Amino acid sequence: MALLEVSNISKSFGTTSVLRDISFTMEKGDVVSIIGSSGSGKTTLLRCLNFLETPDQGTVRLNGETLLDASDKTVPKEAELRKRRLHFGLVFQSFNLFPQYTALDNVVLARELLLREKCRDKTQRRRIHEETVEQARQLLTQMGLQDRMNNYPHQLSGGQCQRVAIARALALEPDILCFDEPTSALDPELTGEVLRVIRSLAERDTTMIIVTHEMSFAHDVASKVIFMDEGIILEQGTPQQVFDHPSAERTRHFLANYTGL
Amino acid sequence: MSTWLEQFPVVVSALNEGFLQTMKLFFVTLIGAVPLGLLISLASMSSFKPLKWLSRGIVYVIRGTPLMIQLLIIFYFPGLILGNNIWGGGESGRFLAAAIAFIINYACYFSEIFRGGIQGIPAGQEEAGLVLGMTKSQIFFKIKLLQMIKRIVPPMANEIITLVKDTSLARIIAMQEIIWAGYSFMKGSHGISGVIWPLFFTGVYYLICNGLLSFLFNRLEQKLNFFR
Repeated sequence: MALLEVSNISKSFGTTSVLRDISFTMEKGDVVSIIGSSGSGKTTLLRCLNFLETPDQGTVRLNGETLLDASDKTVPKEAELRKRRLHFGLVFQSFNLFPQYTALDNVVLARELLLREKCRDKTQRRRIHEETVEQARQLLTQMGLQDRMNNYPHQLSGGQCQRVAIARALALEPDILCFDEPTSALDPELTGEVLRVIRSLAERDTTMIIVTHEMSFAHDVASKVIFMDEGIILEQGTPQQVFDHPSAERTRHFLANYTGL
Repeated sequence: MSTWLEQFPVVVSALNEGFLQTMKLFFVTLIGAVPLGLLISLASMSSFKPLKWLSRGIVYVIRGTPLMIQLLIIFYFPGLILGNNIWGGGESGRFLAAAIAFIINYACYFSEIFRGGIQGIPAGQEEAGLVLGMTKSQIFFKIKLLQMIKRIVPPMANEIITLVKDTSLARIIAMQEIIWAGYSFMKGSHGISGVIWPLFFTGVYYLICNGLLSFLFNRLEQKLNFFR
């Protein structure tokens, strides 16, 4: 059974249809790259998976459990929604770090709140805090930020901010980590340092969905590539299939605009 | 007619007493208007339409009419129109009526500042909190609140300094604040009459008070400068 089964997702904003009948599956350890021109619905798809948008139709199943069924109109309780949400992590294009917290506290905050909630015993707070901080230190070190832990976001470069954001998402141990154009706000040099981090996550078999315009990165790192155009999946398969032998004329045209492949 | 030097201690002691009332009204208004303003701002952003329009309607009326009229209506309406003067005749009743008028008026101004402060926070902050599994209340208290406070310090400083000066309007319902005390020496009080300098001298009290407030708000602004 596939880890993630997305079936027939559709979404419109007013009269504009943004996603049309999107279906795909992925296995544990897969890295799925979603490519396509701006406005093709890539970001909306990620936002649907993270419950930031509600699709009009379709289902999302994870490990056989139905996380989202658009035909079921009952609104889930906040607690239930949060539980479902935590299966996914999301790294934003614009980082969205919390400016009033240090890099370390950005990573610590959500996990500490969550663990505290599960364990009502107040005497355990100190232990929870120490454990969360320790985990955050390890993650930030893994991101190469051991010297930056006590800096505030405005004191960090864009690449450093994005690596903090990745550590922050990883702290909650999501089943699937999603990236929404993680390097689009960065210059080429900073892009390199963020892509290196994502590549190292792929080598550790982290399950990821990456929306990106970095074609050579998608080609090298992805185990599966999805090409979206005007809200539909026009092509999906291995990087070799999609990049080297695209079947649709539109895919060939899109890829022809990217040199160096 | 006594000399200026002889008048001075008498006048200062009367002005001090008036200023105490001024400060009482100031603090009571602040303590009442901040939480009420927050409630009104939350109501004005509510997705429940009747609540939203009710709160926006109240803000429209209160901001659209002079505080002086609001004071007069709140003070005289129960006694003259309803035939039941709930405020009583004494100074404490006048103070209570003034405090209620000021709290409602300032809560409406504050609510608009709070609304701007909350709506000015990028949507990405809430979304980041949501995908990290935080609850709405955690997102408000742990993420948005401090960012909002940072944004509203300069406009709130403005409004609060205006409040110090606006308390003088309470004189219209004969609350004995500092302007009332200063003016009393023109009409005749403590054996002094026809003297105008005490009225002008009240300005010194306002200047010192607002100087102190400006200083405190500058400090607060600097304290919040650790993030952007």
